[in-house]
Amino acid sequence: MKITEEMVDYISQLSRLQLPPEEKTAMTAELEQIVGYMDVLNTLDTTDVEPLSHVFPVKNVMRADQVVPSYDRASLLAGAPAADKDAFLVPKAVE
Amino acid sequence: MELYELTALELAHKLHTGEVTQQEAADTALSRIHAAQPHNNAFITVSGPAFPAADLSASPLAGVPMAYKDNICTRGTTTTCASSILGQFSPCYDATVVECLSAAGAVSLGKLNMDEFAMGSTSETSCFGPVKNPWDLTRVAGGSSGGAAAAVAHREVWYAIGSDTGGSIRQPAAYCGVTGMKPTYGTVSRYGLIAYASSLDQMGPIAPSAADCAAVLDLIQGKDPRDGTSLDIPAGRLLDSLTGDLRGKKIGLPVDCYGEGLDAEVRSAVLAAAEVLKARGAAVEEFALPVMNYVVPTYYIIAAAEASSNLSRFDGVKYGWRAEGYADLGELYTKTRTQGFGSEVKRRILLGTFVLSSGYYDAYYKKALQVKSLIKQAFDDAFTKYDLLLTPVAPTTAPKLGESLSDPLKMYLSDIYTVSVNLAGLPALSMPCGFDSKGLPIGAQLIGPALGDGMVLDAAYGYQQDTHWHRHIPQGGDLK
Repeated sequence: MKITEEMVDYISQLSRLQLPPEEKTAMTAELEQIVGYMDVLNTLDTTDVEPLSHVFPVKNVMRADQVVPSYDRASLLAGAPAADKDAFLVPKAVE
Repeated sequence: MELYELTALELAHKLHTGEVTQQEAADTALSRIHAAQPHNNAFITVSGPAFPAADLSASPLAGVPMAYKDNICTRGTTTTCASSILGQFSPCYDATVVECLSAAGAVSLGKLNMDEFAMGSTSETSCFGPVKNPWDLTRVAGGSSGGAAAAVAHREVWYAIGSDTGGSIRQPAAYCGVTGMKPTYGTVSRYGLIAYASSLDQMGPIAPSAADCAAVLDLIQGKDPRDGTSLDIPAGRLLDSLTGDLRGKKIGLPVDCYGEGLDAEVRSAVLAAAEVLKARGAAVEEFALPVMNYVVPTYYIIAAAEASSNLSRFDGVKYGWRAEGYADLGELYTKTRTQGFGSEVKRRILLGTFVLSSGYYDAYYKKALQVKSLIKQAFDDAFTKYDLLLTPVAPTTAPKLGESLSDPLKMYLSDIYTVSVNLAGLPALSMPCGFDSKGLPIGAQLIGPALGDGMVLDAAYGYQQDTHWHRHIPQGGDLK
């Protein structure tokens, strides 16, 4: 599978990453090598095999219906790069 | 015998009889940590012990100094994942394992170095610099729990909690000559473990001996309502059940784990371990496990996909570090992530985003989930014939620093013997089984069926009754 710099631009944009030009060139080559190796899976016939996302079939996991306190707002906000006393602060997102 | 030559349980015994005080144990640990840190860089944060001293009746390991890998949340103590993007993040809660161990009288002395976000096989991708192998400071400690393995090998702490997504407990334990256990998926709560690949991540102990690992698991296994994948199983009887009796047990050696690519000295040390198990009464037999050829690509597709999703939460808003000089919200995200993540993390986020993206999802991600099903089936079949499997942990002993980073694919391939265990959710243990001609430790891996954690530990316990490899301490206990 050929990986192009345009593809790396597209997945970088989806990932909210921006690679400088020389890093992008190296990353494109590395991803092509890695994805090329992954193509070995195509030699296996998986017709009618169900995809397995979880090894143990755990279903309908419930907690006891009890109200417990949330973490303290001030201590949660204390870890943020920018906050006032009630909220995380970010640049204006809606005009 | 020096304190640092003891296993965790042996030290616990001396604490309980009063032969050694908690202060003496903690002082020994701290002075060893401070002396070794400039050489092996095993710690990210060193904290003093919490006094008043632990209640020694709380558990068999009460009062024993230990440490946590730095991707495990500790309330009020910086938790970095060895990444710039987390900055000085100090969680406002403890992980469930930390709660369990604190209640059991564990004495935590800090947080251990690792690969950034647990992504790597060498502990070189840390933003705090690489961990160095205490057996040879020009070599890697393995990864991603490299700091944990290095600190336990050099006995700066008597046990550590690491995490294992594709071998990150077992492989550094092998490279550093200590015992490490990845328990069955779902038996240890992941609440408070900063996620890499949630369907594969599991925490577990690194310690001098298998009995130590059993004692730690007794304290941390069990159902946790805060982790929906945790299993409701009886826990807490592993240490008491150790006998070392292997009579009647059948151990399978997958021939596909002993072929091309395996170092000859590693092969002969692991096969010698098989002989020890045989002498203890086990029947040992070779069998074919051809699905091993597909485990590395399957693992890296699934792990990268989950990582790309899990790491989307690091955006410079809710915690950690934020880049400067942004015009709008989009630029805040992009600049923070671009400058905050290291290159291996970016590589896996991009790979994961690629395999999940429209047009490639079926060919890569869905295909990997189908192959995962075949891998699990192959292990289920193997365990209808065998009680345990024995393999090497890694194809070689610890490589030189810098050798692996230049070739990511080669590094990924070195995970071949460990990743299948995570894909199938199985318990597996890495135990020291010899040294190569360079004087570097070699590890053997025992794999059990799901929930067969006790059987895995018992076999290793039996092995360690007859061997002394887990007793060796690097450089006479004094790093220079």
